[in-house]
Amino acid sequence: MKNTALAFLLLAATSLAFAEGDEFRLIIKDHRFTPSELKVPAGKKVKLLVENQDGTPEEFESHELNREKVIPGGSKATIYVGPLKPGRYPFFGEFNEKTARGVLIAE
Amino acid sequence: MFGAAVIVFRETLEAALLMGIIAAAARSIPGRDRWLVLGLTAGLAGSLVVAALTKSIADLADGAGQEMFNAAVLGIAVLMLGWHNIWMARHGAAMATHARSVVASVEKGRRELSAIAIVIALAVLREGSETVLFLYGLASGGGLTLAGAVAGGALGLIGGIAAGGGIYAGLLRIPVRWLFSVTGTLILLLAAGMAGQMARFLIQADLLPAGITPLWDTSAVLPVDSALGSVLHVLVGYEARPSATQMLFYGCALLAILGGMRWARPARNQTS
Repeated sequence: MKNTALAFLLLAATSLAFAEGDEFRLIIKDHRFTPSELKVPAGKKVKLLVENQDGTPEEFESHELNREKVIPGGSKATIYVGPLKPGRYPFFGEFNEKTARGVLIAE
Repeated sequence: MFGAAVIVFRETLEAALLMGIIAAAARSIPGRDRWLVLGLTAGLAGSLVVAALTKSIADLADGAGQEMFNAAVLGIAVLMLGWHNIWMARHGAAMATHARSVVASVEKGRRELSAIAIVIALAVLREGSETVLFLYGLASGGGLTLAGAVAGGALGLIGGIAAGGGIYAGLLRIPVRWLFSVTGTLILLLAAGMAGQMARFLIQADLLPAGITPLWDTSAVLPVDSALGSVLHVLVGYEARPSATQMLFYGCALLAILGGMRWARPARNQTS
């Protein structure tokens, strides 16, 4: 009985994890985000694929999204966000705050 | 250069405040300084290693390596801080009344101090590796000359150390009778905040569900990136938009450590 419940829970958890397959790409180049405005669906979990094409590390950070992740030069990172309420969620690269700025728009 | 100083200051602040509080909490345990320096040195050496391995760590566990690493580091720090507080609940009263030292046995003091050294090493490691990466990026990306990066870094570091020294000096002004209650409360909240951060990393890697997000939103009143907000973030784990899971971890860590402290407290008649 306990095992069945556990198996069910695990199944539910994995199906939840895979159900929301929405992937969005962000590229960091010359210490800038492209696109600098990214539209994502509100109300569901979103997978951000951030590719740092610069040779130097960057830290993806957003107070609004409550996320921070160091992305080494020349590598990709996955960051899960949401489900988000509709609105604007600015993010920035902490290591190059002047140029590396962008916003996620949930709608 | 000042941009670099600000970032290094921000990264240093958390480890420095933690170290200041812990140094005050461990006052009058013999051999404290040696263990503090040991923790600091290990943390600095470790941050160079972690910075050099960033890419390998990031690629572990299907790209969730960094989050798992951070969560593990935070988890161990929470355990060590909890252990410290429970240990102090047992011995703090005696230490306060006898004012100077007298930890029953040197052996016990040593175990307590090694826990403290681990906490400091982990805090320095986490913040330090990010600082190293940032300065490395600056210096190699041509955004700044090497001299500029070094000067900015040094300035930020001095600022951070000053903040840590400030909180230490401030705490030492508190009469010994109350000192350990104050540091105990500070460390309790610090540990709970770290448990919350740990949950945040696991949510970011999609290893934990976020629950209701945000549970509340005070970003208009007190943003986390404001001066007060960031100090509160470090000290008591303040978040402007936390998720429910994050706060659940916060609450559980808080209750578990409080429970442990209560359980370890010696019976009243022994303390006199």
